[in-house]
Amino acid sequence: MAAIELRDACRAFGPVVALDRVSLAIAPGEFFALLGPSGSGKTTCLRLIAGFDHPNSGQVLLDGVDVTDVPPFERNVNTVFQDYALFPHMNVADNVAYGLRVRGVAAAERRKRALEMLDLVQLESFADRRPTQLSGGQRQRVALARALINQPKVLLLDEPLGALDLKLREEMQSELKGLQQRLGITFVFVTHDQGEALSMANRVAVFNAGRIEQLDTPRALYTRPKTAFVAGFVGSANVVEPALAERLTGRAQAFAIRPEQIRILTDGAAPADHVSVEGVLEDILYHGASSRCHVRSDDGTVLTVAQAESGGAAKPPAPGTRVRIAWPQASAVPLD
Amino acid sequence: MLARSVSRFLHGRRGFYLALLLAPPLLWLGTVYLGSLFTLLAQSFYAIDEFTARVVPELTLKTYRQLVEHPANVDIILRTVVMAVAVTVASAVIAFPVANYMARYAGRRMKALFYVGVMLPMWTSYLVKVYAWRLLLAKEGIVSWGLTGLGLQSSLDRLLAVPVVGGPSLASSYIGMFIVFVYMWLPFMILPLAAALERVPQSLLQASADLGARPGQTFRTVVLPLALPGLAAGSIFTFSLTLGDYIIPTVVGAPGYFIGMMVYQQQGTAGNMPLAAAFSIVPIVLIAIYLALARRMGAFDAL
Repeated sequence: MAAIELRDACRAFGPVVALDRVSLAIAPGEFFALLGPSGSGKTTCLRLIAGFDHPNSGQVLLDGVDVTDVPPFERNVNTVFQDYALFPHMNVADNVAYGLRVRGVAAAERRKRALEMLDLVQLESFADRRPTQLSGGQRQRVALARALINQPKVLLLDEPLGALDLKLREEMQSELKGLQQRLGITFVFVTHDQGEALSMANRVAVFNAGRIEQLDTPRALYTRPKTAFVAGFVGSANVVEPALAERLTGRAQAFAIRPEQIRILTDGAAPADHVSVEGVLEDILYHGASSRCHVRSDDGTVLTVAQAESGGAAKPPAPGTRVRIAWPQASAVPLD
Repeated sequence: MLARSVSRFLHGRRGFYLALLLAPPLLWLGTVYLGSLFTLLAQSFYAIDEFTARVVPELTLKTYRQLVEHPANVDIILRTVVMAVAVTVASAVIAFPVANYMARYAGRRMKALFYVGVMLPMWTSYLVKVYAWRLLLAKEGIVSWGLTGLGLQSSLDRLLAVPVVGGPSLASSYIGMFIVFVYMWLPFMILPLAAALERVPQSLLQASADLGARPGQTFRTVVLPLALPGLAAGSIFTFSLTLGDYIIPTVVGAPGYFIGMMVYQQQGTAGNMPLAAAFSIVPIVLIAIYLALARRMGAFDAL
């Protein structure tokens, strides 16, 4: 049975449709990502699961039980908020123990369990501090400990790493992943960062304009995007429109091709089973490990080519010169 | 050209610049507010000569002794404090739901309407309102008339028959005075409370519910503690305004004296400036004690 299930969930705010007939099922123990740009409906989706918001139509099920109209305080789901939402008038231990306090657990017992949770996130020595005395990363851990103290079956995380700087974010990514594996509970997290979704989640639902564009494993999303939106949002991709596609391959179906699959041919001839196109090299952007070359083909389509900087790859020609680029026929992904 | 060279001169001389900016307001605050306050304080340590009725400029505790030993004076202080506490508690109870609605539930237009509604009475003359209330609460007034029309005349009579707080009519009872005080100071409670509640992020309430707290628990453990600074600010207004007011007790209510009336009378007709000063120190001391208590209770922890 699915830990979480949405059935045809719709949510509109006045004329704005935030969620448009969304259905999904998340298995117990999954690390599930809701990925999409802002306004795509991913946060609304999370709020429906947490119970902060209710669908206009459709259902929300937790462990097979319809909880569509059940308030948040009666759901066995806990949330780590984007701004952490730590109570400023309580110290760290009281924040963590809050879930026990409202359930009537005795003070000594809740202090003990709060300290155990703080131990789990390596903050036991901060128990008596105020949240304002902590750094962003530490607050995040307190929020995590607080959300886990009620031993929920599902943990929801709203942009959990959004407010952290890059280095801390990478650390927390592997820490969250490790924590999820140790606890074995379902994690659902909202993010607009495709790198985060790909590296942490078992499965990812890509949202766009209130709908799920594609729900797949990270690898499948990257290697077999179904729509131009997914191809462009998950990693970068060149989307070749039907007109040019027909000229190149004989089939009038749009396809996506990753920049790292394209090579600039230096000796002219394209290898067998490669597709090639000619154009003007417009500019080269240096990215450290690789460079990105923009090539404008004769019909105006701009294709991005990623060239590895290491490994003795040939230096790209100067901007402004005519080049021929090519990619293996098999690496192009046909789009719906 | 001149402006430019002045700007250039001031740039880099931050201390001088600050001093220049702050000197006028500090001078004003220092002399007019603090200066007069200290003069007042000093006055209260003088005493009046019984025979000549002139102030003897010698430091003495005689006036304070008179203040706390004279039973009538103690009565006045107690009466004023009880009224101030009652008005403050009633204002808080009435203001909370209104402020909460304004801060959390009202849409933009509704919110603007409420703010104007709360502040509008403050734009009218204070005296007009007090005298209007006297007419409203009079024996032949609209309140009495309305209650009679609703068949509640006997309830009103029973209320006015209550010893001490009752009286011949609402306009000449402590109940009437209490109503007018609450009416007058309610905006001063609603506004800081609404401001404090507005600063409580929605996510804190969601986090509380998420962790299993029912709405009542969220209110007690999250909303109320975080609204305490606003409640403290508002109650300082209602408490101190009631402690110091002399017009409402003069116009509406029972004949018992209040601190403000005593200050007015002692410095005026009685000519006993030291006793007037001693009386006006009472609210200051009470407010200081109140603030210390509020601080100890954690009212300012979330600031």
